[in-house]
Amino acid sequence: MTTTDKVAPRYQGKRHRLDKPELLAPAGNLEKLKFAIHYGADAVYIGGQKYGLRSNADNFSFEEMKEGVEFANRYGAKVFVATNIYAHNEDVEGLEDYLRSLQEAGISAIIAADPAIIETAQRVAPKLEVHLSTQQSTLNWQAVQFWKEEGLPRVVLARETSFKDIAEIKKHVDIEIEAFIHGAMCSSFSGRCVLSNHFTDRDSNRGGCSQSCRWKYDLFVDDMPLYPEDEDKFTMGSKDLCMIEYLPELIEVGVDSFKIEGRMKSIHYVATVVNVYRQAIDAYFADPEHFELKREWVEEINKAANRPLNTGFFLDVPGAEDHIYEPEEKAAPYDFAGVVLEYDAKSGFATVQQRNHFKLGQEIEFVGPQGTFFKQTITEITDAEGASLEAARHPLQHIRIRTLKPVKPMDMMRKKIGKK
Amino acid sequence: MAYKPELLATARSLEELERLIAAGADAFVIGEARYGMRLSGEFSQDMIVQAVEIAKPKGVRIYASLNNLMDNETADCLDDYVASLAEAGVDAIVFGDPAVLMAARQHAPGIALHWNAEMTSTNFVTAEYWGRRGASRFVLARELNMEQVIETAASTALETQVQVHGMTNIYHSKRSLVDSYMEHQSETDRLPRKDKDRGLYVMEAERQDERYPIYEDANGTHIMSSDDICMVENLHELMEAGVTSLKIEGIMKPIEYNEIVVRAYRNAIDAYTADPDDYSFQEEWLEAIQQVQDPNRELSYGFFYKEQVY
Repeated sequence: MTTTDKVAPRYQGKRHRLDKPELLAPAGNLEKLKFAIHYGADAVYIGGQKYGLRSNADNFSFEEMKEGVEFANRYGAKVFVATNIYAHNEDVEGLEDYLRSLQEAGISAIIAADPAIIETAQRVAPKLEVHLSTQQSTLNWQAVQFWKEEGLPRVVLARETSFKDIAEIKKHVDIEIEAFIHGAMCSSFSGRCVLSNHFTDRDSNRGGCSQSCRWKYDLFVDDMPLYPEDEDKFTMGSKDLCMIEYLPELIEVGVDSFKIEGRMKSIHYVATVVNVYRQAIDAYFADPEHFELKREWVEEINKAANRPLNTGFFLDVPGAEDHIYEPEEKAAPYDFAGVVLEYDAKSGFATVQQRNHFKLGQEIEFVGPQGTFFKQTITEITDAEGASLEAARHPLQHIRIRTLKPVKPMDMMRKKIGKK
Repeated sequence: MAYKPELLATARSLEELERLIAAGADAFVIGEARYGMRLSGEFSQDMIVQAVEIAKPKGVRIYASLNNLMDNETADCLDDYVASLAEAGVDAIVFGDPAVLMAARQHAPGIALHWNAEMTSTNFVTAEYWGRRGASRFVLARELNMEQVIETAASTALETQVQVHGMTNIYHSKRSLVDSYMEHQSETDRLPRKDKDRGLYVMEAERQDERYPIYEDANGTHIMSSDDICMVENLHELMEAGVTSLKIEGIMKPIEYNEIVVRAYRNAIDAYTADPDDYSFQEEWLEAIQQVQDPNRELSYGFFYKEQVY
């Protein structure tokens, strides 16, 4: 019933199927990579300077990739690179060198959709695993079987697959299945949208997406707008995926890698979401029979949420409740305020790098890996030299703050907003 | 052998098929929505048999569209479906999903396979990849520019197919988005029909001149381009490049419109193939199309001469 007893040998003997599903997190830059792994990701996926679908993200140089891989190795984690564009002819030149450099940097796998990239990687960088991207919109087991026969050890399914579809695929094909479990979603079949090309002359399938699906539109019927100006407008914008409440189902259906979306998201978002799924997965495997969803996991997820959440296509095709027609409200009244750099047990002061304005008297909370958590009020802050401050106003400034309990480097500090 | 491009059309019915054959179409893409993508009309297996019977004696080819994104249930029916198409005598199967390739290898061996993943068919290396796995034709994405089209035609041994006229799909979701919106407005009864003949379109605040048709079918929600590609003026560029097949997309257009368009392109192709060196574009071909063109839909060059960034 559980996947704990799954020890079937890996296809091509490359590696053994993980007992636990892999928790795979996005990392838009080196700092995010470190936080994602520190907070419990088994693997991260990043973008390089080319061939990725987030041309606006920071993206990694080969040097940064090497540093990222070294950091990941210390935790036994892996680094994947998204090379998930649909290439045009002119993109093909330079591809071989790029893929060889990824291999040299110690990258474990690329995530690719275009066979031009898949085949080139298999030829010139055989140590790189090739994972089929969700951009291929793989929905059926025959297609999965095809990619297995092509030598791919893993397929990232289309976001349109349901639990039932995944079960059917797992029944027929012995291959690693990766599925998105959290984050923003294309409302179209991924890759099957060129709204940006038409509206803004930006090529969506090469990283130029301008998120036109989230714009508002008037729907016309018989050459007349169906609704007046002040009514909610038509949109394709989807709520964000969140599967924390269906974790046992995801494990039991046999998803091998749980993927979190969001290479453009903040360290706070990535660390918070990873932290929750890490705890939930570990809790399930510690005692599957008595696993229960904890309320604080859901609360934590909501503190990081950018949009309202739903369950995507896992249970049913999304309907009226799953799209965002009304103005968006922030889900939770908390903001990321700082990162702990060090803690001095003698004085009881932590040094925090400021990431958002905070001040005396404000309610804050500290969060760390494995769900360490406490709330307090800011009673005393100083600058790095020890001079008292009323408020931490400067981005990235090092601030000393008296904490109620010991904290650790890379713990995060949040402030409550909305009230004084 | 002298170069003679194929003029490829779509048909919503057997009647349109016959009329467009008379207007000069050399080949047709038809099929049923369960397996095919955004078809002009629904052709059951019996109708496909009839289409072949009509077309074959006239030397006209029939291609069956199977380039839908297929779930397990649909993919499980592919073996029988491709076998029946082979038996019906279709000239090719159009595929995007590898599941179709797997089924065709087993159950329709030898049948020609055209690779068409629409907006994701973007380079010749990938075309060659599918070529080595059995495809004989590469249907180019409509988002490519002329330079890329020319280079692709020169770089691949596969046949190439380029859309030269009509609308294109710009967004495909599995969700029923119009239905969801009406439900959000608590007025599901107000818009019982959302099919492609209903004339629904969306408009964005900053683009008041652009009407983007939207419709729903069993495959979800489709949003279409606000303009119609029209390359009749510059068709010689594609013919000089040696493009194998020039496609007129007739979806969401009246038969009368498609007849005139097919005739215009027939004239251009015939004039070119009769004497490529002396070929010159005749204004009247374009004028004939302009006369029947919906004034709310611009005739455009699509992405052929457009600079895109990313």
